[in-house]
Amino acid sequence: MNALLVRLLVSRIAIAILTLLFVSVAVFLGTEMLPGDVAQAVYGQNATPDAVEGLRRALHLDQPAYLRYLLWLGRLLTGDPGNSLVNNLPIAELVATRLPNSLMLASVTIVVCVPMSLILGISSAIWQDSLYDRTVSLATMSLVSVPELVIATLAVIMFAVNLRWFPALSYSAGLLSLNQIFQLFALPVFTLSCVLIAQIMRTTRAAVIDCLRSSYVETAVLKGARPMRIVLNHAVPNAIGPIANAVALSVSHLLGGAVIVETIFNFPGLGRLLVDAVATRDMPLIQACVIIYCAAYLFLVALADIAGMLSNPRLRH
Amino acid sequence: MSDVGFGVEALRRGMSRRELTNLLIGSGMSAAAAGTFAISASIAHAQTPRRGGRIKVAHSQSSTAETLDPARAMNSSDNVRLFMFYNGLTRFNEELSTELDLAEEITPSQRATIWNIKLRRDVRFHDGTPLTSADVVYSLRRHKDPAVGSGGRSLVTAIEEITATGPREVRIILSGPNYELPAILSIWHFLVVKDGATDFRTANGTGPYECQEFQPGGRTIAMRNSEYFRPGKPYLDEIEFFGITDESARVNALLAGNVQLINSVSQRSARRIVTAPNLSLFETKCGAYQDLVIRLDQAPGSNPDFVLAVKHLFNREQIARAVYRNFATVANDQPIGPTSPFYDPGLPQRPFDLDKAAFHLQRSGFGNQTFPIVISPAARNSEEIALLLQQSGREIGLNFQLQRVPAEGYWWNYYMKRPIFFSSVPPKATPDIAFTTFFQSRAPWNESAWRNERFDALLLEARAEADTGKRGQVYREMQSLIHDGSGVCIPVFASYLDAHDSDLKGLLPIAVGGMMADSFAEHVWLDQ
Repeated sequence: MNALLVRLLVSRIAIAILTLLFVSVAVFLGTEMLPGDVAQAVYGQNATPDAVEGLRRALHLDQPAYLRYLLWLGRLLTGDPGNSLVNNLPIAELVATRLPNSLMLASVTIVVCVPMSLILGISSAIWQDSLYDRTVSLATMSLVSVPELVIATLAVIMFAVNLRWFPALSYSAGLLSLNQIFQLFALPVFTLSCVLIAQIMRTTRAAVIDCLRSSYVETAVLKGARPMRIVLNHAVPNAIGPIANAVALSVSHLLGGAVIVETIFNFPGLGRLLVDAVATRDMPLIQACVIIYCAAYLFLVALADIAGMLSNPRLRH
Repeated sequence: MSDVGFGVEALRRGMSRRELTNLLIGSGMSAAAAGTFAISASIAHAQTPRRGGRIKVAHSQSSTAETLDPARAMNSSDNVRLFMFYNGLTRFNEELSTELDLAEEITPSQRATIWNIKLRRDVRFHDGTPLTSADVVYSLRRHKDPAVGSGGRSLVTAIEEITATGPREVRIILSGPNYELPAILSIWHFLVVKDGATDFRTANGTGPYECQEFQPGGRTIAMRNSEYFRPGKPYLDEIEFFGITDESARVNALLAGNVQLINSVSQRSARRIVTAPNLSLFETKCGAYQDLVIRLDQAPGSNPDFVLAVKHLFNREQIARAVYRNFATVANDQPIGPTSPFYDPGLPQRPFDLDKAAFHLQRSGFGNQTFPIVISPAARNSEEIALLLQQSGREIGLNFQLQRVPAEGYWWNYYMKRPIFFSSVPPKATPDIAFTTFFQSRAPWNESAWRNERFDALLLEARAEADTGKRGQVYREMQSLIHDGSGVCIPVFASYLDAHDSDLKGLLPIAVGGMMADSFAEHVWLDQ
């Protein structure tokens, strides 16, 4: 089993490096194709031809594109992601102020979402097509269809402006007490949960129902196992693969894709950094954000696959 | 009601000293008497500022391009930070005049081509070193270096020499006379940094606050500078400043009590602020405008009758009412607004006149044709104004086709490149700056490519004119030249709308921008 794991890991890492390289080329080409460059984006309405030209020369934007890509890649291979083009701060520093925030938001959200969606998903599967199942499905589907922007704004108006239970902004530096974390994260986590719970819950429900229809569950029923035991010992372990994948996708979404929530609650996460970087055409910063996003995605999906394997006796041996 | 009773009532409603003075002069009181009254009243009105407290302020702009380098500062969010940490040689006040800041004396000689500046002696940088002439020379000279990438570069081309003539004396030699130099020196680019400063990750200035934390696109924490050279100022202990780009999120944060001051409140949200019990709206009437520009160097704008036809198609009252919900004043196709002391009220107001428009359109020969207008969220309210223009155009057989383009890349791809487009222009401190940057033939943002030799000559003449009254006369002629000939159509002047917790006091409108022209930090206090 260990040999299998090692082989899997090695091949995954090799594929991951190739994927990252491919993604960085794609991102670079994409950034090049966008109209305007850093100099124009920085000056905006204030751009004059000679100011733009001067900044371009200062940033070496007058060099051919492939050369700039290779220079960037060369520096990255030596472990230096370079400096931001617009503010000249080290990329590592910029990312280091945002990444922990995103990780924090993602972990709090996952801690809230995963147990809730598992409970909802498994129970809906058990009482499939009951009134309970239909109510849960309707509620989660309705919530997932409302844009995050609307949920976040409504939540702020209701819980921050009118009731004043929670702050409308979620940014605070330094160490936080458990109560402060609850206060600050309540609304963003609520907003994100509305989307994530539906996704994970739907996958869980489908996977468990699939298992409940299988012949081994039928056997378990026939031999007289209690329903609880059938679900928890026979059905759920076999559904872990798809569920783990759904959770992994959700977490990677939280790391880089929570832009709207970050904007509304003024939460300094990686998503807003990436959007800012694209708006100013800050190539090294875009690359750094995308690579982190992509690497996290690959890592989480690999983790989900391993979890699926470990839970599956046929693959385990 | 007696004049005085009326005045006190006006003051209670929060009228500024300047507005009150104008009001009293308008109501027949002599200027001198009104001035005296307004000053004494403003002392009574202005409760004693209270020291202490901290506030959070949210701005509409946020970007990783934010900087603490005055040369590279590009937007008003940058400027708010700069005015917390630095001082200039001069600055603008709510009377719209230039007052001395770091300079103790600024004296022109040789018809304002040579300026001798004497610095205050009691000023220290945040690192404890005293302000010297070397700091000022460095801060001004660096804008001439293309590698610095200064946004103020075009403004310093007229400066030939900057030299330290003593430890606290600086001499500036200009290539031609310019009595407006003190006003130019009040622009944020020319705030004074430490001699040799190149690292702007933090700010070492002389300003009312010290920079404790600065993250581009994140937050800034400003702590009170207890060594500030203006005794007793600033009043607050700490300001936390950050951006919330989404307007409704910004307004909600204020309504929830999580921030005490926000800028850029939409006209639509103004009512939510006014009806909230503990919040106040802060309107700054000024010369900001969103203009329709017709390029004069290409068809159809090369035909003067076409331009005149369009200028008569604006129903300005309707635009002020419907688009700006009355947070705007009617403008007259020239950039100097009623808040400026140089505004010419004698220039006949161009009316909304379909007959005249039809007459000029017929003369231009462009009747029953369709012309594209580029609109974009980058130029605020351009869509709403264009829709109203489109409607009135239809009535005389002039068809406009609206081309919506994204805000991203607007200024580079469409602005000043299409025959008819929209722009958005922030208020300028003096007519000289407005004319030099936007209307002179060689101006970098001569939006409509308007060329007028008389105008260019008058601009130089005004700069060399020591007497403010005579300079005002020249500026009036320049206003009428723009009104008649330029391709820039200015329907209304838009107010800046900020909103704040009613406990935050000390805000007085400075008519060159919102949030007291970005310099609120030094002036506000918390009343609790």
